[in-house]
Amino acid sequence: MPLFNQIVEQMPIVFRSLNEGFGQTLRLFFVTLAGALPLGLVISFGSMSRFKPLKWLTRMFVGIIRGTPLMIQLLIFFYFPGLVLKNNIWGSGESGRFLAASIAFIINYACYFSEIYRGGIQGIPVGQEEAGLVLGMTPGQIFFRVKLMQMIKRIVPPISNEIITLVKDTSLARIISLQEIIWAGQAFMKGSQGISGAIWPLFFTGVYYLVWNGVLSWLLGKLEKKLDYFR
Amino acid sequence: MPILQVENLQKSFGTTTVLEDISFTMEKGEVLSMIGSSGSGKTTLLRCLNFLEKPNGGRILMGDEVLFDAADARTLREKEIRKKRLHFGLVFQNFNLFPQYTALQNVMLAKDLLAKEQADYKANKKFIRAQIEEQSRALLTQMGLQDKMSNYPHQLSGGQCQRVAIARALNLQPDILCFDEPTSALDPELTGEVLKVIRELADKNTTMIIVTHEMSFARDVASKVIFMDSGRICETGTPQEVFETPRQERTRQFLASYNK
Repeated sequence: MPLFNQIVEQMPIVFRSLNEGFGQTLRLFFVTLAGALPLGLVISFGSMSRFKPLKWLTRMFVGIIRGTPLMIQLLIFFYFPGLVLKNNIWGSGESGRFLAASIAFIINYACYFSEIYRGGIQGIPVGQEEAGLVLGMTPGQIFFRVKLMQMIKRIVPPISNEIITLVKDTSLARIISLQEIIWAGQAFMKGSQGISGAIWPLFFTGVYYLVWNGVLSWLLGKLEKKLDYFR
Repeated sequence: MPILQVENLQKSFGTTTVLEDISFTMEKGEVLSMIGSSGSGKTTLLRCLNFLEKPNGGRILMGDEVLFDAADARTLREKEIRKKRLHFGLVFQNFNLFPQYTALQNVMLAKDLLAKEQADYKANKKFIRAQIEEQSRALLTQMGLQDKMSNYPHQLSGGQCQRVAIARALNLQPDILCFDEPTSALDPELTGEVLKVIRELADKNTTMIIVTHEMSFARDVASKVIFMDSGRICETGTPQEVFETPRQERTRQFLASYNK
């Protein structure tokens, strides 16, 4: 079994590479969540604003972002400053690619989240707000003490879906050569660190995604259960 | 001096007039029953008193304080409206309890938030919170819910929910407690337990306005009855006057439909 022996021999090199790539995948994943979860709330307030121009502008922006592929957004985000403005604000190297990818991902996911938030907030019966008002609460108190928890309960299932999708979407950053796990796996097909023509590392990238999504599904399921204490 | 004076209140939604020329007064300790067919404006009137709707005309006075004057923009400021609301409590038809809080937390929340605005809250936090909790527990006990304090609304029956809602409103010690068809979402058995609680409040001279379709209850509990029709006060008087010797043909018609 020369092939098997060869694979075993290559494993330490390959997994070191895949781990590094997966580190970058995770960084992009967490940065996107950390940015998009709060930014989505801001955008959702914009899309519900009583000030009509802001409302329509926000909804148009959300429409464009949601209506075009994230891959195009990544390409435009990364290359537009350098090619058109003749000023590559991202700088060269991996850190620049990561910054550009992070911003594109945050904006894209914030738009999806904003629509989920909007549904979550607007689905709360108007009686909740009225009960708060009658009890002398301020609008801020009504949002944070009355509505927020009910909104969170409503949005956990759809947000969970988006989070699972995000894990897999991080691979799109490959298009601007971000060195995430697919990039790392593919390198061994082309040739890297003395290994070439190997497709088996790519299979293992799939395993990383699968395991990570399994962990997340389990955690999000627990969160959903935790919120079952009220209806 | 009357505790509440409503003068020529007028409210319209677009071109539809919902309330027209509504004037009445209430004395402290009085229980006012408001009856009338659906769409006659009873609920809108309660909502105006609680500043959930803004009337288009007229005045609302609490003692000698002008709470609302359609002709005086100063009475319409959002910040002051919040304080003025506290003169009134409102119990809703479908309770509107906060589902994520227990019965006790529902009763305590608003009181707690208001206490935080006091200058001495930080210094006496423990004492003030203990006091609020004690008072809230006492209210729930008064409502017969001593065993349900830590239950969430979805674990309570409709009648229990409504009693929590009453305790929640009472906790802020409103001058006038308003009920908007408090038993319309309840079956007859649960209706009884809620009406019993309201009756006990009436016995303690709680000033209340009750919008209801329970005619015999409206008659028993009230010291004054208003019959509304098409956004106007059609007839007003003591329960005997309105229920036994109504002067208006429309009142007779309405009451007859209940006696069938």
